[in-house]
Amino acid sequence: MTAPLTLYGDPSARSSLARGETLLKVSDVSLSFGGVKAITKVSFDIRKGEIRAIIGPNGAGKTSMLNVINGFYHPQQGEISYRGAARARMKPYQAASQGIARTFQNVALFKGMSALDNIMVGRTLKMKRGLFWQMLRKGPAMDEEVAHRRVVEDIIDFLQIEAIRKTPVGKLPYGLQKRVELGRALAMEPELLLLDEPMAGMNLEEKEDMCRYILDLNSQFGVTIALIEHDIGVVMDLSDRVVVLEYGHKIADGVPDEVKADPRVIDAYLGVAH
Amino acid sequence: MFYREAGQFKDNYAADRAVFPILQDRIGLGVILLAAFLVVPLLGNAFFLNSIMTPFLIMALGAIGLNILVGYTGLLSLGTGAFMGVGAYAAYKLTTSFPQVNVLIWVMCSGFFAAAVGAVFGLPSLRIKGFYLAVATLAAQFFLQWSFVRVGWLYNHDPSGAIQIPARTLFGLPITGPHATPLTQYLVVLSIVVFMTLIASNIVHGRIGRSWMAVRDMDIAAQLMGIRLLPTKLLAFAVSSFFCGVAGALMVFFWLGAAEPVVFDINLSFKILFMVIIGGLGSLIGCFLGAALIHVLPIVIRMLPLGGDAAMVEHLTFLLVGALIIFFLIVEPHGLAQLWRLLKQKLRVWPFPY
Ligand SMILES: Nc1ncnc2c1ncn2[C@@H]1O[C@H](COP(=O)(O)OP(=O)(O)O)[C@@H](O)[C@H]1O
Ligand SMILES: [Mg+2]
Repeated sequence: MTAPLTLYGDPSARSSLARGETLLKVSDVSLSFGGVKAITKVSFDIRKGEIRAIIGPNGAGKTSMLNVINGFYHPQQGEISYRGAARARMKPYQAASQGIARTFQNVALFKGMSALDNIMVGRTLKMKRGLFWQMLRKGPAMDEEVAHRRVVEDIIDFLQIEAIRKTPVGKLPYGLQKRVELGRALAMEPELLLLDEPMAGMNLEEKEDMCRYILDLNSQFGVTIALIEHDIGVVMDLSDRVVVLEYGHKIADGVPDEVKADPRVIDAYLGVAH
Repeated sequence: MFYREAGQFKDNYAADRAVFPILQDRIGLGVILLAAFLVVPLLGNAFFLNSIMTPFLIMALGAIGLNILVGYTGLLSLGTGAFMGVGAYAAYKLTTSFPQVNVLIWVMCSGFFAAAVGAVFGLPSLRIKGFYLAVATLAAQFFLQWSFVRVGWLYNHDPSGAIQIPARTLFGLPITGPHATPLTQYLVVLSIVVFMTLIASNIVHGRIGRSWMAVRDMDIAAQLMGIRLLPTKLLAFAVSSFFCGVAGALMVFFWLGAAEPVVFDINLSFKILFMVIIGGLGSLIGCFLGAALIHVLPIVIRMLPLGGDAAMVEHLTFLLVGALIIFFLIVEPHGLAQLWRLLKQKLRVWPFPY
C-alpha cells in the first residue's frame, strides 16, 4: 500500500498565511458591460479561514464579483491582491492553479460524465503524467490514477454520495447535482472556495446537509469560503462576516449582527419580501 | 442471470478503474479477440478477408480517430478523409524514400505527419465551434485534397497521378504489393488496429480523456478546473488525426494497393462521420459497430437477390443509411453503443424486468 494521500494532505499547496490574515483584497473594483454597470467601486477583503457571505438582491453584482475573482471578467478599474501580492490580469485556469475553486449558480457539471469522473476532473491540475504514460495506463500512470481516486473517494464519503458515484450527473436530481459540483470544487483542494448560491432550489433537509458540509470544510480543513446566498437565516448562521451589495454598490460590510441592524440593509434587502 | 457483477468485489481502486470491470465483459473481449485472430483466418476466404474484414477494421480505426474529436471533445470535423490522406501520402513518401526501413514503422510514423497537419487545422477551434468549425475543417479537406492532386512530389510524379504501393515484406513475408495474401494483410491490420484501440481506450479513460470530455460538456467549468482550452483541443486534433492518418495509410497499403486523390475526398469524411454517429458518439465499441454497419450493409444488400442493377443497390444503400442516421439522431443520439449498453443492462437483471 502507498501512503494514504487524503484531502488537504499536502500543506505546500497552500499559502503560508495564518488564520485571520487577508487572503484576498478587492480594492475599488468597477466592472461594466457596455452601458450596464454591474459593479461600481467595490472594496472588501476575505480573511484566511473565514466564511464570508456576499448578499444582495438579484442583479446586485454578486455573481459578477465571483467572476472577477476567478478571472472570467476583467474589471475596468480597481485592483485585486491575492495571497498578499497584487494580481495581474489573469485567466481562469491561472486562478485555478492558485487555489481558487468555485461552484456556479446554475449547476455547471460535465453532463455526459459520471459523478465520480466529474470529481476526478477536479484533480486534473494535480495529475502530472503526460500522454506517454496515459497511453500505457500502467505503472506510474495507474499509480497516479489510484492515488487520486482515493482522495476522490474520501470526498464522496464526506458528501455521502457513495450510491450515485457511477451515475451520469445529467440523470441526478438538482440537489445531488449541487452536491457533486461542491465535490468537484473540493477535489481541487482550494484555498479559497467560491460558492454561488449553493442552496438555491433545495429543500430544507438538503439545505441543512449543505450547511453542515460548508461548516465542516471550514472547520476541519480550514478552507476559506466566499458564499453567495439568499436565505438570510442561513447567511447569519454560517458566516463570520457579510458584505452587502445593491445595484453594484457596497452598502454594508461587517459581522452578521451589525449588518442585520444596518438601516440601509433593512431598507434595501431585509425589508423587502422575496 | 449469468451476466452481473454480484459477487465480484473490487478490493482495490485499480481493479475498479479497469476499462472492463465485469468479468463476463473481459471474457467476451477475449472470445472476440480469439475469433478475430484464429477463427476468421481459418474460416474466412479471400473475399471475406479482403472485402469485408480488412476494410471494416481500417474504417473502425478511422472512426476512432474522428470519435476522439467529435464524440469525446465535442469538435465537429469534416476533414477526416483528408487527414487519412495525409497519412497515406506520408507513408508512401517515407517508404519510397527510405525503402530499407520496415514499412510498418513508416505506416505508424505517418500518423505523426497527420497529427501535425491536424493540429494546424485545429487552431481555429479555440475561437469557433460547431457549424463554423466544421466549415473550417472543410477548408482543410479541400486544400489537402488539392495538394494531393497538384503537388507531384507527393506521388513521386507518377503519370497516373495515383500512389502505387510498392512490394514490402515483414520477416521475408510479403505484406504489401501483389504477392501479399489477403490473410497476411488482414492479420497485420488486425494487430495494428487492436493495438491502437487499446491505446485509445487508455487515453480516453485517463486524465486526458476526462479533460476532453470536460471541454466538450462545459468548457467554462473546465477552465476553472485548470484545463487550458487551446492545448487540450489541439491535443485532441493531433491524437485524432494520428489515428486517422494511420488508418489512411493502412487503407492504401493493406487494402487498396493504390489510390488516387479522390479516394480521400469528402465522401470518405462523411462515411466515417456516419459510422461515428450511428455507432455512438463518445464510444470506442460504437466505432466498430458503426463501421460494421456502414461498411457491411452495402455488401449485404448487393448479395441479396433483389434483381436490381448496381445503381439501384447504391440508391437503396443511401436510403437505408440515411434513414438510420435520422433514426439515431432523433431516437438514440448515443447510437448502437447505447443500444448495446441497454441490452447488457437488461441482461444484468434478467430474468426480472428491473
Ligand atoms: N455577461 C454579461 N453581459 C452583460 N451584462 C451582464 C453580464 N453578466 C452580468 N451582467 C449584468 O450585471 C448585473 C449584475 O449581475 P449578476 O452579477 O449576475 O447579479 P447577481 O448575481 O447579484 O444576481 C446585472 O444587471 C446583469 O444583467
Ligand atoms: Mg447571481
